[in-house]
Order: sequence, then C-alpha cells, then structure tokens
Amino acid sequence: MQRLSSTGPASKPVTVGEADNVSKSFGETRALVDASLTVNAGECHALVGRNGAGKSTLVSLFTGLSRPDRGSIRLAGQPAPGLADRGAWLARVACVYQRSMVVPPLTVAENVFLNRPVGGDRRFVNWKRMRAEARDLMLEWGFDLDVDQQASTLTVEQRQIVEIARALSIGARFLILDEPTAALEKAAVDRLFERVRRLRDGGVGVLYISHHLEEIYEICQRVSVLRDGELVLTGNVAEVSQAGLVAAMVGSAPPRRATEIAAVPKTAGFGETRLEVIALNVVSRAGSVYDVDLSVRAGECVGLVGLRGSGSATVADAIVGLVKPRSGSVHAQGVVGYVPQDRHQRGFAPQLGVDENLTHAVLDRISNRFGLVSSRRRTAIAGREVARLQIVARSLDQPVASLSGGNQQKVVVGRALAAEPSVLVAINPTVGVDVASKEALLDAVANARDDGVAVLLVSDDFDDLRVCTRLLVMVRGRITAEFDRPPWDRQRLISAVEGLEVAV
Amino acid sequence: MAERAVEAKAAGPQTVTRRDLRHVVVRWFRELTLVPVIVVLMIGGALVNPVFFTTSNLINVAEGGAALGMVVVAESLILLTGKFDISLQGTFGLAPLLGAWLIAPKASEGLGTQWNPLVGLLVVVLVGLAVGTFNGLLVIKANFNAFIFTLAMSILLTGLQLGWLGGQTVYNLPQAYIYLGAESWLGVPVAVWITAATFAIAAWFLRYHRVGRAMYAIGGNLEAARAAGIRVDRIRIGVFMVASVLAATGGLMQAGRVTAVTAGQGSNLIFGVFAAAVIGGISLEGGRGRIIGALTGVILLSLVTNILTLSNISSAWIDAVDGAIILIALGLAKLIGTERT
Repeated sequence: MQRLSSTGPASKPVTVGEADNVSKSFGETRALVDASLTVNAGECHALVGRNGAGKSTLVSLFTGLSRPDRGSIRLAGQPAPGLADRGAWLARVACVYQRSMVVPPLTVAENVFLNRPVGGDRRFVNWKRMRAEARDLMLEWGFDLDVDQQASTLTVEQRQIVEIARALSIGARFLILDEPTAALEKAAVDRLFERVRRLRDGGVGVLYISHHLEEIYEICQRVSVLRDGELVLTGNVAEVSQAGLVAAMVGSAPPRRATEIAAVPKTAGFGETRLEVIALNVVSRAGSVYDVDLSVRAGECVGLVGLRGSGSATVADAIVGLVKPRSGSVHAQGVVGYVPQDRHQRGFAPQLGVDENLTHAVLDRISNRFGLVSSRRRTAIAGREVARLQIVARSLDQPVASLSGGNQQKVVVGRALAAEPSVLVAINPTVGVDVASKEALLDAVANARDDGVAVLLVSDDFDDLRVCTRLLVMVRGRITAEFDRPPWDRQRLISAVEGLEVAV
Repeated sequence: MAERAVEAKAAGPQTVTRRDLRHVVVRWFRELTLVPVIVVLMIGGALVNPVFFTTSNLINVAEGGAALGMVVVAESLILLTGKFDISLQGTFGLAPLLGAWLIAPKASEGLGTQWNPLVGLLVVVLVGLAVGTFNGLLVIKANFNAFIFTLAMSILLTGLQLGWLGGQTVYNLPQAYIYLGAESWLGVPVAVWITAATFAIAAWFLRYHRVGRAMYAIGGNLEAARAAGIRVDRIRIGVFMVASVLAATGGLMQAGRVTAVTAGQGSNLIFGVFAAAVIGGISLEGGRGRIIGALTGVILLSLVTNILTLSNISSAWIDAVDGAIILIALGLAKLIGTERT
C-alpha cells in the first residue's frame, strides 16, 4: 500500500473517522483485509472500487452495523461506541444510502428531527420550535428546502438534503455519501457538489463513494482505492492520474481476468432488424433514460453495459413494457422473451414446479381450444428446456424455491426461451450464480443468438460480455460509447463505464 | 455567495409564512373531504323525515356512533403503525360479557357471585389488556401475519362469547356497570362525552406527543424509524394493547345502552370500523391519515344508518345501501386524494 499524503509535521489534522488495519470476513469470503483509512475534518475523501471490492463492508464498519474481526474504528478521535449504542453512533457518523431513510407521510422538519426532542420537553412536540430550528439549520448550511413540505413529495435530491440535515443536526461531522449522484440529473449533481463544498468548509469530513471517477476529481482532495478487500492506494487526488486510478481498481491481470475479454468475432451479415428503439426517454427511480437509440438484428447479441442506476435496466424494462416511456418508441418483431433483473420478484412462482414455471409463457401452446392444459405437451417443452440449460432438479415438478440459485436462474432463462422468442431481452442473467451455471446460461444465450434470435444483454458483469457481438455503454441515462470490434479491451471498457473520457 | 445567503435570509420568513398557510389549507381540505358529503346527507335526512333534525334524534345518532367511534379510534391507531386488528370486534363483545357474567345474578344468566360492579369494570379492562398483549406479542414479536392471526383470534373470541352464554343474554346489570351507556350529562349520553374526549385526546397525542409522532414514522418507513432509534416493537405492541382496551370500553358502552350483553354483541362490527377509518383517510398502508378524518367517517356512517331507519326503507335493504354509500365515499376520497394508494 502506498501512502502519498502523510500526516502533517506540526499540527495533526482533526480526524472524524479512522479505520485502523480493519479486517472482516463473511464465512470463507475475506471482505476486508488490513484496511486503513482516515477521513479528516474538512476534507472530501473518495472511496472507489469495483463491485465486491469491500466498500459496503467498510461503510458498515464505519456506521456501526457490524464489528471488525481485527483492527479498530475510531470516530471523532475516540474509540467507536458499542454496537448496541445506536444513539452514540448517530451522533458521530451518518451514511446517506441510496435507499431512502425518509418517512414519506411526515414533513421535512419532522424527518430532520425524527425521534429527537426539540427544546426542553422530552415528551411533547413543540411544532413551532421544531419548524424554526429546521429552518435555521437549512439557512445555516444553505439548503433550499421548505421545512413544511411533506416528505412524500420530495425529489431524490431533496431527500438527500433531509438526510444530510438530519445527520448534521444530531451533531455528526462525519458523512458517508454512498453513490449520491446515481439517481441525480446533471444540474442536481452540480448543486450537490456545491453543498458538499459548503459542508467541507464547515468542518465536516465526507467519505464519498462513487463509480463516477470524474466526480472525484471535481470535489475530493484524497482518494482511496479498494480492490478485493485490500486498500491498494491512498493519495492526493491531484497526484493520481485517471489511468492510475483505473489501474489500481483493475489491478494486475490474473489469468481469469484477462485484460481482453474474448468474444465471438463479428460475422459478416446479420439478419433483418428485429428490435429497434428510437429516441427513448424514460423517467424512473431506478435510472432515467435520455434519447436512447439502438437496434438489434437477428443473430446479433448487443451488450448494454452500465452501472446500477445508469438506466440500462430501464431500457430493457421499457422494451418489454414494464415501464412507460415519456417519449420515443420501441418496435419489436415477433415474440419477446424477457429475463428480469430480480429473479425473486419477477422471475418465477416459487411454490410451483420447474415444469409449470418453464411453461408460463407458453400456456397457449400447451393447452387445447377449451383452455385445458395438456400435461404431455407441458412435459415435452419443460424437458427440452431442462436439457438445453442443464437444469438440475429431482423431478420436473420440484418447486423452484427449493432449487439452488443457479438452477433457479436457469428456470428464468428457460421460461424466456421456451416461447421460442425472436427477440431476447436479458438483464444480468448470470448474477449471483456459480461458475458452472454461468457457463450453461451463457451457452444457452449464445446458442439462441446463433439460431437467429436478436439478443439484448444488459449486464455489468464483464464475463457476460463474451457472448456479445457489439457493446453499447450507458452512463447517466445516455449511450456514451460503442464497441463493435471484439475482443474488448477491459481497461478502456471500464473507463467508459465509469464515465471517464475515452477516445473510442 | 455571501450576498445570496443574506438575500435568502431576508426573503426567507415571508415566503415561508405564505407556504405555511398553503400547507395548512391543503392539509385540512384533505382531512375534511367528507364534510360536504355529511352536509348533503343531513339535508337529505331533513327532507326524508322531519324528525331527523330534532335534538333527540341527533343525540340518538351520536349515541349510536359512540361505541363504534371507540373501536374506530382503536383501529386507526393500529393502522397508523402499519398493522391491523380484526379481533377488536371479539374484544368488543367478550370483555363486557365476562365482566357482566361475574356481577349479574344467576337468574339473569350471570355466574351468581354478584361481585362488586367495579370488579366487573376492572375485568373488562383486563380482558382488553390481555387480548391486546397477546395479539401484539404474536403479531409483532413472533411475526405472525396480522390478517390471518387476528382473524383467527376474532373467530375464537366470538366463539367463546357464544359458547359461554349458549345464545342467552346477560341482563339485570348493576347501575355502575351500565353507567357509561345509560346515563347522561347535560342531556347528552356519557358515552358520547367519553368518545368525544377519546377522539380529542387521540388527535392531540398523535400530533404533539413524541410517541404519537413515532407511530407515524413507524407506519411511514419502518427501517428509517428503527435507524432513528425509535423503539419500534415496544410502541407497536403498546398500540395493540391500548387499542384492545379502547375496544373493550366501546363494548361496555354498547352493553350499557341496551342494559344487557347479548351473545351477538360485536359481530360484523369490524367492517364498519374499517370502512369508517378508511373513508376518513386513514391509510391501510400505514403512516397516513388523521384522527379527525376518522371522526368524519364515523359521523357519516352513523348518519347513513339513522337516515335509512327514518326513511322507512325495509330493514332488509339497509346493508346494501350501507355498502353502496361506503363505495361512493371511497370514490370521492380517491378523487380528492385522501387515499392515494
């Protein structure tokens, strides 16, 4: 580990949060290994790393949601309080998560002072005083927010303000912002930066977690990089180049993670255009989409690559009609097969058997004209999909809930393929499955592609991209880069996905 | 930057006051959605039968709504914290029955011990507490589904009530026991005073007490409430307990009004309770709605019942008309935006 900035010689800076050689394991997985990180008062300290690098684990240690196996946490220069003492943690550190911790039916002022007495009376609410104090707080920190507004009407940006104001009013001077810009528009991002600068000037220490590296150069002084649980770099932002950051995140290339992602070469001449998206605009909490155009031809597999919140999944949901676009159009030919992002919520009916789940999209084909389902035809189709995806189940009627995660995911993909679609839209089809299942799933997608299905594969897992013939990168709701000649250069791809300027 | 801050400070108070007023108006408008409906109903009532606007009839309406109102307050408290309790109607019947049974003479279907009526009142409260604690612990701590668990409890309690009495009625109750339902202060039944006070206290508590605000936070976003250090489980269980005691008290009013406890007291009451709370703007999702709204719901339902009785509609049709009016009120509330789910 390299430390580019040492502590000052004469006056030590005031620290708001310190992790001293902390380690944390979950079972076999070593989430953090001897990581040390210091956040000073008045600085914005960036924390970056790819998914699974240990960022969330570090945050959970800093916020008292779990305890390090080894090493220690210090807050405001003192040893961290016991895990049970929530009040003491809240008074020292606050994390603004992506999921909202605001109570919608209450007003802004109440949310700021949630469960805390204002004035001398501990039992009764002094509304006048509470509103006045909330208003003062907003003025003091320069937040422009009506304290009487009901929280259910707030935008994402305004909810963040409420959560920041809440933390400040409790007295916390250590703020962790976990991907605060993921769901914000450009103008809102600028306003957020303005607020962060003001917080910094007010002596607050900010730990800023973001996938968007260009933001770090705009508002952070120092940056730390986590990779596979280890803190591989801490330095002044001014002294670390973007290329250096990306290199630290990706690391030297072990065999499995080659710098290049092998992919099928583009064969000459795909079929007709099967899927066409024109000037699509969608407003969504999961990531809005602006002016997206794309088309997929028969036999082509287009990878739509983007971070969570970049809008890539929203595009897929809009194509299958699960979200309503604000404008633009989607033209798809024939049957569209769909592999949803969340298999537990939209993927399968857990108590029903493998066979029933596999045939949910083709009930018309396995029933006669009176609507009675033929179990013979169901078994035939289900058996075909089980063979195609190598689904491991005791029997065809075993409930999907009792299968392993990998086999559950195979059922979800099988359900989409059973309809013999001409277009397949899949979101993260291999998320959270074992290596063998991943192979089987990707092979099935590749075979469908070779059989002439137009595939749109939405994924942020680079392993998935080897079945693609072309890649589109989405950042903040827009398609920002196109890669059309495999193999893909991992470094350039990461730079593009993280929103860095790259020449393509 | 400094200039802007100064400007904001100077402009601040003025704009804030104006916004304040707007929020207050909108809030009250939402809460009082049903007032126009109530006015229309009253005009309709006067047209149907001149008896409607007599003092004695209006007191009659209030008396009829008093017992229902107690249970509506109880259910509203639970709904606000994001749960519900169907067995409040069972408590409404069983609690006063047990109390009455212990103090009534053998000749009028009592146990024959003829204990002090105050013991009977204490038993009513204790039964409420016991049922509420049981429901609260099992729904909140053991995480049973509130719907199916309290439904089973409701069936059990009603069944006990029926089995105990074998279909009979406990009557000839001491004056102290039926005081709530049978006596009047200043010409208005005690039950009406008590229910009005209960509504007022509940509204005030929910608005100004720390625990009251915590209840909204719990129903609005459980995780956020927990993170803010609110003792989520303790409050939710406490609310179940208070609600059951309120329901038991409501049952006592009903018993006092008819000076007896019937085997069927409380059955089917809960549907009216939910209807009153929801058309009054209490959200089934939790965290939204105000007690004043629930009060308008109770008034509306009581008026409907009264007007239907006065208008000589065959009693067999009353339920159907009741249901239709609840649907209309729901539609209206949706249009105006009280119930937005």
